Order: sequence, then structure tokens, then C-alpha cells
Amino acid sequence: MAETSTEGTGTIEALSLVPKAVARQSMKDFKSDQEVRWCPGCGDYAILAAVQGFMPELGLAKENIVFVSGIGCSSRFPYYMNTYGMHSIHGRAPAIATGLAASRRDLSVWVVTGDGDALSIGGNHLIHALRRNVNLKILLFNNRIYGLTKGQYSPTSEIGKITKSTPMGSLDAPFNPVSLALGAEASFVARTIDSDRKHLTEVLRQAAAHPGTALVEIYQNCNIFNDGAFEALKDRQSAEEAVIRLEHGQPIRFGADRARGVVRDPASGDLRVVTVTPENEADVLVHDAHAASPTTAFALSRLADPDTLHHTPIGVLRSFERQVYDTQLADQLDAAIEQHGKGDLGALLAGGDTWTVVG
Amino acid sequence: MTSQVSSPAEQDDGTDGADGTVVGEQRKPGGTKDVRRLDRVIIRFAGDSGDGMQLTGDRFTSETASFGNDLSTLPNFPAEIRAPAGTLPGVSSFQLHFADHDILTPGDAPNVLVAMNPAALKANIGDVPRGAEIIVNTDEFTKRAMQKVGYAASPLEDGSLDGYQLHPVPLTTLTVEALKEFDLTRKEAERSKNMFALGLLSWMYHRPTEGTEKFLKSKFAKKPDIAAANLTAFRAGWNFGETTEDFAVSYEVAPASKAFPVGTYRNISGNLALAYGLISASRQADLPLFLGSYPITPASDILHELSKHKNFGVRTFQAEDEIAGIGAALGAAFGGSLAVTTTSGPGLALKSETIGLAVSMELPLLIVDIQRGGPSTGLPTKTEQADLLQAMFGRNGEAPVPIVAPRTPADCFDAALEAARIALTYRTPVMLLSDGYLANGSEPWRIPELDELPDLAVQFAQGPNHTLDDGSEVFWPYKRDPQTLARPWAVPGTPGLEHRIGGIEKEDGTGNISYAPANHEFMVRVRQAKIDGIDVPDLEVDDPHEANTLVLGWGSTYGPITAAVRRLRAAGEAVAQAHLRHLNPFPRNLGAVLERYDKVVIPEMNLGQLATLVRAKYLVDARSYNQVNGMPFKAEQLAATLKEAIDG
Repeated sequence: MAETSTEGTGTIEALSLVPKAVARQSMKDFKSDQEVRWCPGCGDYAILAAVQGFMPELGLAKENIVFVSGIGCSSRFPYYMNTYGMHSIHGRAPAIATGLAASRRDLSVWVVTGDGDALSIGGNHLIHALRRNVNLKILLFNNRIYGLTKGQYSPTSEIGKITKSTPMGSLDAPFNPVSLALGAEASFVARTIDSDRKHLTEVLRQAAAHPGTALVEIYQNCNIFNDGAFEALKDRQSAEEAVIRLEHGQPIRFGADRARGVVRDPASGDLRVVTVTPENEADVLVHDAHAASPTTAFALSRLADPDTLHHTPIGVLRSFERQVYDTQLADQLDAAIEQHGKGDLGALLAGGDTWTVVG
Repeated sequence: MTSQVSSPAEQDDGTDGADGTVVGEQRKPGGTKDVRRLDRVIIRFAGDSGDGMQLTGDRFTSETASFGNDLSTLPNFPAEIRAPAGTLPGVSSFQLHFADHDILTPGDAPNVLVAMNPAALKANIGDVPRGAEIIVNTDEFTKRAMQKVGYAASPLEDGSLDGYQLHPVPLTTLTVEALKEFDLTRKEAERSKNMFALGLLSWMYHRPTEGTEKFLKSKFAKKPDIAAANLTAFRAGWNFGETTEDFAVSYEVAPASKAFPVGTYRNISGNLALAYGLISASRQADLPLFLGSYPITPASDILHELSKHKNFGVRTFQAEDEIAGIGAALGAAFGGSLAVTTTSGPGLALKSETIGLAVSMELPLLIVDIQRGGPSTGLPTKTEQADLLQAMFGRNGEAPVPIVAPRTPADCFDAALEAARIALTYRTPVMLLSDGYLANGSEPWRIPELDELPDLAVQFAQGPNHTLDDGSEVFWPYKRDPQTLARPWAVPGTPGLEHRIGGIEKEDGTGNISYAPANHEFMVRVRQAKIDGIDVPDLEVDDPHEANTLVLGWGSTYGPITAAVRRLRAAGEAVAQAHLRHLNPFPRNLGAVLERYDKVVIPEMNLGQLATLVRAKYLVDARSYNQVNGMPFKAEQLAATLKEAIDG
């Protein structure tokens, strides 16, 4: 694995083709001159600060960084980053970013999207970006509500959600973005929380180091239309039972005194939470983010109770290296030149069967 | 393979009207059969979808092209990959018109019909004039096969074909017989019957055969038995023609050397020419080509072709849908590629929102629409020109997009370069409107020298372009070139020019988000002014006799309209002709041209879309002549309609 990022030196293998910054950067280098226009108290502020704070660590020339977004509150993000950026149209950012990343391997391309943008109108582009494994980092701000259109339920809202468009409660079952991404052959899937800057930064660090598409679901609070949606994970007391922090190579334990653990049910193969005892301690699952099979990561993604959010795993669920689309595309171009020589337009136009008319 | 032909001195009137005329008769030295010289021939190969008629037509076309005739083709096939065998909907045909002079259409009516089964005969006989030759594969005229298409009695015996020169040939039996030495099942051997037919027709019309022999060897290089069987069938067909009593005459159509300017030629289809035009534009602009596309008939061949040329630095991306196809292209355009998306009508509808984004972001992007019959799925394999208004207006808001339309298959090459010129110069999405008839049809093309190609060099923004009041130098992404009104193209990776663009209204100059009323009004008007101000060549009018009637066309109707105009002029009528390549903006002189004529007739393969635009913009009483049957106009019918307009 290419997890060799060191502060400010830009030695990440996945970004080896991106030019390095000539001078040492600070957070303010990544702040644009535009006034930030999210609602006061929005979780997006914390994410913006975390990303701006993390960027200098990559040590990349900032002109080689591009943020592409769709439509929604989160999609205003590029305006506030002093990098290249595109605020595109609803749901299409992964497709646009794919074209950019596939044609420019010297860029570090980031997609900022939301639960409506990525999972509803843009669902098709998201799953295809994940299976293709283009070198993109997708930050999915999930607040389980439509904010910019003022409060309709989203594809991650819990069943029965009372909103402006569902006065009697929403009827459709929500997506679990992590499960969806794993099912879409994602090579990197992580989940983090807007208010936990340290954790968020560590997840960004690992996402940036991953060659291929990385999906980072960020639980983000919309204090206007869905305030407290993730309170169970944020309140120190309740978080103990709710949050499972995943660390590669470590036993999956959580709760007060790490008294709780995740074990596999030998009968069903499913995972379940147990109180750890000397008898069952050896059965506690050790997290393997780099497993070739996504099976256990998927089972972990199903642990959380969708209503109470109890047993929500955060951290990197899966980080598995496989062929990267843009690398392979570039290799095909090189191979074509090797096999046929560099394109000769005159010869191409002349083709095979010709005849000559003389005067 | 290159053959040399030289130009005889005498001039040809180039009339595309008269039926195949015998222009001379001679006996082939040493032979026993008559050889007649014709000035032109129209052949239609027709059979079941699985009979290989498109391949047969393609091969005959290649032979004809390499011989140096002028030619024009019309492939016509069902949308189903394998429609039920022996049925009328399953009939696939390929029409080829070739001549010793300059021709413009695949021809109205075939002089020769090759019918591989009863369905092919039934589906095509209506187009074949009395006196024409019909070659039928008698083996397929079984009672059951004839009943399937509604023949109560055999048309080969009931006298209904008495007016034609009928050649009943047991093509299947002869092919199987010729291949009896091969270790093939009867079914496998039967498959080569199209090559037998090709051999027979190649003999009848003195076609060179080396190209087909080479083609078969290379196509079946991995199956030498099949290659040998097809070659044997092909040669057996040729020999059959030479020896059988039934074919007493063979025909020569001299090369069309005098119809062509000096140069080296090849045969080319519209989609191939378009793909080559895109690769050429990429070279001339010195920008890598990026195609984002989703498979759709009849545009997919451009994706196939471009994907073969990665050694030109061409990146082809088969997207998950039409929207992602154009989205990826737009992303690549932001990154500094010459970006293209290819589609047909239904796909264009899906791309509308992204085209609007490209209008707002003012990035160069080519949108290639190979039009087909609509609405909705419509007629996927048939031609139509009914996307003009969609191309013109099919977006939310005021979102003007330039439109370029090629007129012939070979012209798709130049039209692609022209669309790229406009996109790169004015930093705008450009619509290139081809259609199914141009895409699949083919004609000879004079291969250009590379130094004839236009210079499309582009200058990316390199540094600040604006000085603030305080004297500081800044980069403004929406500060326009005063001449073209184009904004700078600053690609990621350029230090100091970091900027953000998007679909929200931008402030003039800075490109920052702006909801200010006056700014929006200004930006809407300036985007329109940029497109209106595109430099396009004046419209040329062909009017040798100071006519009162002008016939105005666009796109693929060029061939039939020109052929119809020639017929009228040959009959002593005065008629003027003009053909639009630029549909948005129109040429500056279009209004003045229209004013010069009492009558303006606009033939279109739609219900009058160009006529609507012309009437609205120039307040002229343009008359529409419309056909939407999935097929190109026939010259004779068009001539008759124009005559009525002239007289009316």
C-alpha cells in the first residue's frame, strides 16, 4: 500500500505525477477570496476548514489541484478553495471529473458532492466512477436531507421522515452509501464525521494516498433542515455505544473500556456486537481494510442501526489496490505507439485503396 | 492498391438525370460476349439481414472506387440485428450508383436488382423500373418462402416479371457445388453465396478483383479454410458469368477521371470522414483528442474508429450514459483537450443540460449529432434532418450554440475541422449535424495534403490579464477578447491562474457568482453576441441563368437537390441553388440572397425546420418541401416539385 505520506513532502505514490509545491504551503494558501455563504452553524464549515488545513500536507502545486462539484449546498465548496474548480450541474460531477482525471494525470482531482447529488440524480455516475477506479477522491457530504431546495427528504433519509414533500412520512428505504459503494466495486471506502477534525483529516490522508477512486462519506450536520441527525455519534456519552472506530490491523472494539467487540456469527456469517469476555476475546474480528474481498467490509457497513445509528463504523472500511483506469488508459496510448508507431496523419488519411487522377 | 487513370479532353455535362445510356459497343478481344459501355449504373443488392448484403455492397463499392468511377452509396438496413429470416422487415439492401462522370446521389431507381430471396424481391421490386435487370437466387424461391411474404404464385413463373430482364440463377446450389472440395457443412458453404453473387456482378461490370481477394484473405486470416472458400465462391461467380449463356453481355463504365480534379482519391463514408476530421483537428490544434461517448446508432462507428487510433494520442471513453459521455468530454475540455461527444437525436436530448453548462462556462466542445428518424427511438437506422431545432433551441435559458452541417459523406471531414475552428476560436460548444444517410453513405474523396489543412493553433492563458485599480495584476477568467468575445482558456496546471467556473451566472470579467440583474442581462446578451459574431463564409449561390426561384438546402440534401437542379437546367429551366453549411449563425449575406428571388423553396427531411428559422429571421415567404420517410429525396421527384414551384 502507498501509505507513505509525510507532511509537506508530497511523496504519495498515487500522486507521483502531480507537480510538487515549490514553497511550503499553509492553510491560507488554499482559501479563496470568496465569501463563504453557507448557513451559520453548517457542518460544511468544519469540513472546509479540515480540507484547507490538510491540503498543505500533500505538498502539491495548488495549480494542479482541481475541485469539481455538482449542485447542492456542499457543491459550493470549490468556490472557497483557491485551486482550480468547477461547480457543475446536478449529479454529474463524477462524470466530468472522470474526463478531467483521465486526460490529465498530472492533476489531483477531488469531487465534492452530497447525498442528493451523488445518490439520487447522480447515482449512475457515482457507481460507474467507483467501478472504473479513476484517480478521483469523492467527498460525499451526507446530511440525510435536501438543503438547497429547503428540506425535502433525500435518498439517505430514514423511512417515515416527515418533510415538506412527505408530510405523512417518506416511504422509500434509504441507501447506505458505504454499502452501495462496496457493491459498486469501490476500491476505497471510508466514513467520517464533520465535527471530528482529527479523524476527518486522517481519512482524507488515506484517501489521498489511495491510487484510484476513493469514496469518503462525511456525516454532515444540516442545522437548518435536519439538525442533530448525527447527534448520537457526536454526544460523548452516546458515542461510546454508537461509534465503532476502525483501524487497520486492530481488533474491532469500542465502548467504555473497549468492552464491546465485533464477532462473526458462525452460523449466518453476519457480524454482531458482543460484550468482550476472556472466553470470546480471541473471536473479536481484526479489521483488515486491505482484504481483497469486500465481504467483511460490507458486513461492517450493515452493523449500524439505521434509526439509532448505534454501532456505526467510521474510518477506512476498505482500501484495496487494483488497476486504475487513467493509468491503464495512458498505458494503452503508450502501447499503441509502441505497436504502430506515433500516429502519422498523412498515412492515415491516405488509407489503403486509393487511385490517382492525373491532369 | 493504386490505379492510374488519365483525363480525356472532352467535357461532360454532368447530368445526373438520364437513365443508364449505352454510349458504345465493342467486342472484347478474344472473347465471345458483347461488352457494352454505359455512362452510369445503379445496382441494388438485397437479401436477408443475415445474407451479408452490406458486406457485398461495401466490397463492390471498394472495387468501383479503386477503378476510378464516381460513386454514391445508400446502405439501408433494419434496426434489428437479425430480424426473422425471410420476412419483409428483415430485408437489408445496399444501393450503389457509379458513373463515368460526376454524380451526386445513390440514384433513384436501380438498373440492376440482385434479390437473394422472395422477401428481397417483394420489398424492392416497386423501386425497379421496367426493363431493368433482376438477378434472383432461385434456390430460395421455395413455396414456403414465397408464402411467407404473400406470393400466391411464383413471381418467377407467373409472368409478373415479364417486363424485366430476369436472370434466374441457383446461387445457393452453385455456391455449394463450387465448395464441395472444402470440408464444410452445407450451411457453412451456403454462407458464401453473397461472394458468388459479388463475383458474378464483378464480372458483369468489369470490376477489378484484387482488392476483394486481398480483403477476404485478411478478414479470414485466422481461418484460412473460410478465406479459401469465400475466394473460391467469388471466383466461381466470376467464371459463371463468363461461361453461362444467360449472361450474354457485360458492361463497362469508364473511370470518371474528367469529373475529378487532379489528386489521389479514396472512397470514404461520412462517419469515417468525420472521425478523420476530428483526428486532423487535434493535430492542427496541437491538442489531444478526447471523445466521451455512449453507443448509439448511427453514431457508434465514430467511437469505433477513434478508439483504433490511440497512437495519435486519442483518448476514447465509453461512458455509462449519454450524459456522462458529454460530461467527461467537458471535463477534458476544462483540462485542455480537444473534446468531443458523439450521439444521435435521443442522446442529444439527454446532453442538453450539459451543453447549457458548456455555454455558461464558455469552453470549446464538439457535439456531433448523427441524426436519425425521430421522435423518441424513432427509426434508428434511417435518416432524417429533424434535430435542427433541437440543436438550435433545445436548452433552458438563452443558450446559443453554433451549428455546422456537412453536405456529403466526404464533406464530413471538412465540417469537423470547421466545427473545431469555431469551438476553439470562440470557446463555445459547437453542434455538428450529420445524419444517417451521410454517416453510412460513401463517395470518392480527394485526400488532402497535410499543408492544406487549416491552422487551428490555440493559445492558452499564461498569466494575468487585468490590472486592478490598485495596480495589482490579476487573472480574470471572463475578460473577453475584444475581437471574438471569447474568454481566456486557462487550464489547470497553470500557476497563478487558479479560478472557479460553473453554471451559476457569473460576473462579467471576474467570473465570480453574480445575481445582479444588470449583469445577467449583460451576460445573456454578450453570450448571444459572441455566437452572432462568429465569422462564417458568405453563402455562395449557383445561378447561371438569373432565375426567379431559389432552392435553399442544408446538410445531406445537397446531393438530391443538386441532381434535381441539373435535371431542371438540362430541361431548359432556370433555377438558382444555395446550400447552407452554417445554420447558426447564418451567413451574413443570407438575407440579401433571399431578397433577390421571387420564390424560395426549402426541401428538408423534416416538417420545415430550416424554413421556420428563415421565415422568422428574414420575413420571407419560403416554401417548404418536406419528406420524412427515413430515406433521402429522390432527384426526379424533387425536380418535379421544383418545376411546380418555378411554374406556380
